[in-house]
Amino acid sequence: MAQPAQAVHGGKTGSAWWVEPYLTVLALGLFGLYSIWLVFFQHTGQFHNYLSPFFSPTQSWGIKVLPALWVLWVPLLFRATCYYYRKEIYRGFFHDPMACGIPESRRKFYFGETRFPFIWTNLHRWFWYLALVVLVFLWIDAIRAFIFPNGFGVGLGSIIMLVNVVLLTLYSLSCHAFRHLVGGGSTRFSCADGSPTTRYKLWRTVSDLNQRHGLFAWISMFSVWFTDVYIRMLIYGVIHPVRFF
Amino acid sequence: MSENIESHSYDILIIGSGGAGLRAAIAAAEGGAKVAVLGKSLLGKAHTVMAEGGVAASLGNVDPDDGWETHFYDTMRSGHFINNYKTAEVFSKEAPQRVLELEQWGAVFDRTPEGKIMQRPFGAHTFRRLAHVGDRTGMELIRTLEQKILTTNVDVFQEITATKLFLDNGRIAGAVAYYREDGRFALFAAKAVVIATGGWGKLFKVTSNSWESTGDGAALAFRAGAELIDMEMVQFHPTGMVWPPGVRGILVTEGVRGEGGLLRNSEGERFMEKYDPQRMELSSRDVVARGIYKEAQAGRGTPHGGAWLDITHRGPEYIKRKLPGMYQQFMALADVDITKTPFEVGPTIHYTMGGLKVDAYSCATNVPGLFAAGECAAGLHGANRLGGNSLSDILVFGKRAGDGALEFIQGNEGMPRIDEGEVQAEIQRVLAPVGKEDGENPYAIHERLQEIMADHAGISRTGSDLEKGLELILELKERSRNMVAPGSRAFNPGWHTVQDVSNMITLSEAIVRGAIERKESRGAQWRLDFPDELEEFGKVNFVHKLEDGEVKTYTSPVPEMPKELQELFELGAAPGVAKSGKKE
Amino acid sequence: MAEEITLSVFRGDRSGGREQEYKIPAMTGMVVLDALHYIQAHQAPDLAVRWNCKAAHCGSCSAEINGSAKLLCKTRVDDYENEVIHVRPMHTFPVIKDLVTDVSWNYEKLRQIPAFQPAINAPFTLQQRDVDRLQEFRRCIECFLCQNICHVLRDHDAKDAYWGPRMMIRISELQMHPLDTADRLDLLKGAAGIGYCNITKCCTVVCPQGINITENGIIPMKESVADKYFDPLGGLVRKMHK
Ligand SMILES: Cc1cc2nc3c(=O)[nH]c(=O)nc-3n(C[C@H](O)[C@H](O)[C@H](O)COP(=O)(O)OP(=O)(O)OC[C@H]3O[C@@H](n4cnc5c(N)ncnc54)[C@H](O)[C@@H]3O)c2cc1C
Ligand code: SF4
Ligand code: SF4
Ligand code: FES
Ligand code: FES
Repeated sequence: MAQPAQAVHGGKTGSAWWVEPYLTVLALGLFGLYSIWLVFFQHTGQFHNYLSPFFSPTQSWGIKVLPALWVLWVPLLFRATCYYYRKEIYRGFFHDPMACGIPESRRKFYFGETRFPFIWTNLHRWFWYLALVVLVFLWIDAIRAFIFPNGFGVGLGSIIMLVNVVLLTLYSLSCHAFRHLVGGGSTRFSCADGSPTTRYKLWRTVSDLNQRHGLFAWISMFSVWFTDVYIRMLIYGVIHPVRFF
Repeated sequence: MSENIESHSYDILIIGSGGAGLRAAIAAAEGGAKVAVLGKSLLGKAHTVMAEGGVAASLGNVDPDDGWETHFYDTMRSGHFINNYKTAEVFSKEAPQRVLELEQWGAVFDRTPEGKIMQRPFGAHTFRRLAHVGDRTGMELIRTLEQKILTTNVDVFQEITATKLFLDNGRIAGAVAYYREDGRFALFAAKAVVIATGGWGKLFKVTSNSWESTGDGAALAFRAGAELIDMEMVQFHPTGMVWPPGVRGILVTEGVRGEGGLLRNSEGERFMEKYDPQRMELSSRDVVARGIYKEAQAGRGTPHGGAWLDITHRGPEYIKRKLPGMYQQFMALADVDITKTPFEVGPTIHYTMGGLKVDAYSCATNVPGLFAAGECAAGLHGANRLGGNSLSDILVFGKRAGDGALEFIQGNEGMPRIDEGEVQAEIQRVLAPVGKEDGENPYAIHERLQEIMADHAGISRTGSDLEKGLELILELKERSRNMVAPGSRAFNPGWHTVQDVSNMITLSEAIVRGAIERKESRGAQWRLDFPDELEEFGKVNFVHKLEDGEVKTYTSPVPEMPKELQELFELGAAPGVAKSGKKE
Repeated sequence: MAEEITLSVFRGDRSGGREQEYKIPAMTGMVVLDALHYIQAHQAPDLAVRWNCKAAHCGSCSAEINGSAKLLCKTRVDDYENEVIHVRPMHTFPVIKDLVTDVSWNYEKLRQIPAFQPAINAPFTLQQRDVDRLQEFRRCIECFLCQNICHVLRDHDAKDAYWGPRMMIRISELQMHPLDTADRLDLLKGAAGIGYCNITKCCTVVCPQGINITENGIIPMKESVADKYFDPLGGLVRKMHK
């Protein structure tokens, strides 16, 4: 029995349910275009001791690819298979559904994540492992950003890079797959004497972080973006580096 | 015109899919019988789902001195000794086993630091005794039984209303019912029938009960010849919501007081000091309800005629963890944050202690093959029910009724015969109001009945009020014969209400007649004209029978306790307390 | 608050129907279910609506109010000041009459989930922290609003492929029980179709019990499925760990 289209989205009738999916498309779309531009038209992200996260690590151990592409696929796939981004992507790009209760146009041929390509999302944890490796390099870069030719120092770029890597770390540690790995997958949280297991304590901590995973996802994406923009502007000489001491 | 109807045949038919009915079905099915369960609503949504505070059983997990003797002692004392001691004895002995069984089937109770089932204090229980899950214990109980039933070989019929029981030469033979969905009828022939249809709190307007509590099963069995007992005993829960009007009556769990909530009148006084200085807020329900009522009568009530209940001193975090349902209920329905301010409460109808008279061990009624368990049966609670005792009641006697029915069918194997003419006549009777426009509106009759009960048989009663009430009920009974239900048979709530109201009128008559006869105040029965508890009435129960269509009321002696049980009351303190040597 | 409120209620059955307007007097603190009861008592005695507790405990009164999936007994009329209140049955299930829908499919699926199989006999020794997760899921009142809103069931009508969020948390609760010995991962990946959920989280948004269906139930179950089927290495490590 047909019922007219009705929106269900927690809010009231007429509220702007379409804003979120469109904003998602806009933000992710622009970020994607920016990345493509970097891959094809930019060859370096180095400005003295600052290194753009898109171009880290710089050593390629003899593997010949475009410098930005050499590692970029890791965070890209990591994010593309992230539970949080999946929601935003399915809603924004695939309208599956756009918002809760908004009828979808395509009624047949929905297979969710049971077939190619989305069945790949099950491999999320593997990208998490790889992303962790990348993260180690980013930490090294962040530390290097504090070492100037004349020794230790703090510049605006050092702070930006530090904040960026902290946000990326929060994003990675609040990952659902990690939450499962660290303790969520076990069913026993107590030792024989009734005290909490270590896994439980870890799981609790990660669970608390996990509640803000969506937030970390967005701000860490913007911080990566912003870090690159800052360093690129230094490279092009649009702005001058700021040293605090 | 005769209806072509669906016809089933079962060993055991269980009417009622609340806790008692489901537990009976599990027992009967595990014994190998072919079992059907009927319910007026969907599976897992029966009235039992509303129970909040907990299930009472002397597990002794937090107070190791607790034991069946003390639970028995508390139950008898709260019932003012007109309960059936045999019922109370098997009850207190078997309750712990029934609760643990739930855990075995997947129920997840709150835990103690040692990892056992947590137990909380409740009104008039000597020890901390109520196993619970936050404030949604009934939900846990019925969900567990539902999940067990779904994987047991039992046929569940949902949203179906039984309207009549049939006999074959005095022995039970089955029942007829209609599907609410489309008004189609079905006949259930059965060797034994268990009634587990719950109480009749919907007789009153201000009630904590769900719509199902219209006493169908008790009325059906009564018409089939079963006896009703203690009908005058109707429990007021002291704390229902009183404001806004739409939510009036909705329960505020006793758990709030169990967790330390304090009652105050408009002058800020903890008035329970006057009525029960020892147990204060955790006194038995009749005492607290009367306390709140008296304060309001004396002009010391809250703006909407109740008392203030205050739990703020326990702090927001504790309240939200231990009483999440209450917190949300007040936030959503009354715009009150109970973690920050006291809130208004007042008495609400909650439970019916009276009901079908049954054997303490087998739950058999006086009609061969007819059994009853749960709120529709009587004997355990006497003049006042203890909080938490009902959930253990439905488990203990649900199982016993199932077992009792099993035993009965082993001795009576043949399938009884149901008279076709009787079935058709019943169907015609039930269908008569459908589609008619001119006549009495069942909703209006129901409302009128509620008014009569509130005005004439409410929390405080007098002989003359009751007599007047009886007169009005009999008048209403006449009017009700002309109820109509415009529309079709398909899911027609007006038509459903016609059945409910007829049943409630039948029971209201027994309630008022019992209340007239009991010329004393005892437990829930508070007679302004006889304010004292009188010894001679402590020896009798009032029993009602239907004879040639007339309700007849008799007295029946309260069974006398054997010596070893009587001694439990002569220790100077509750048995567990006396034994441990500590002072009460 | 306005003296009079206007409701537009779906009246009809399997063969179709339309909304009908009713005007009723407003009362302080009224919920939509009260308003419907008023209509039943005074204007349309045969208006069909399923309810039971009127206290958000039983999960009978699910419907769609002005486009939102809600419990009728928990939704205040004064949330819709100066608006017509449109009340419609749940979209995902076949209408029986007016606001009453046929939800029997859910019970069929509940029946197909292998029951709790404890390793030992009660009484159990379990800490509160061991059962916190299960208790969150056991708060479910089976209102089936999550099933109603899940786009897999609602728009794709894939009831034969995916059992919906209510079943996912029921399975989660069993899988996470410290004493359970049954394995439902094959079921999850197979017949129950967890892969059909694309974690777009509408179920979590509508759940009146505030159960975090996706983060605490479905995602951990997807990870458990990944443990078994998509992560042979991790599986090996876990085996050695045991
Ligand atoms: C708000 C509230 C809180 C409570 N809290 C507690 C508590 O904390 N502890 C405690 O011990 N007790 C508590 N109680 C009391 C307790 O919940 C009930 O007494 C108990 O659940 C009754 O169970 P039952 O199985 O006898 O009947 P019910 O649960 O009432 O079930 C009756 C069943 O019979 C069916 N039925 C009725 N008529 C018919 C018919 N004509 N045809 C077919 N089926 C029919 C109904 O559909 C239903 O399935 C509370 C009660 C309320 C209202
Ligand atoms: S998150 Fe999954 S289960 Fe929940 S509504 Fe979306 S698709 Fe359905
Ligand atoms: S999970 Fe929530 S929305 Fe779904 S059925 Fe249970 S209570 Fe309702
Ligand atoms: S879930 Fe988002 S990173 Fe893993
Ligand atoms: S009537 Fe029970 S949840 Fe609304």
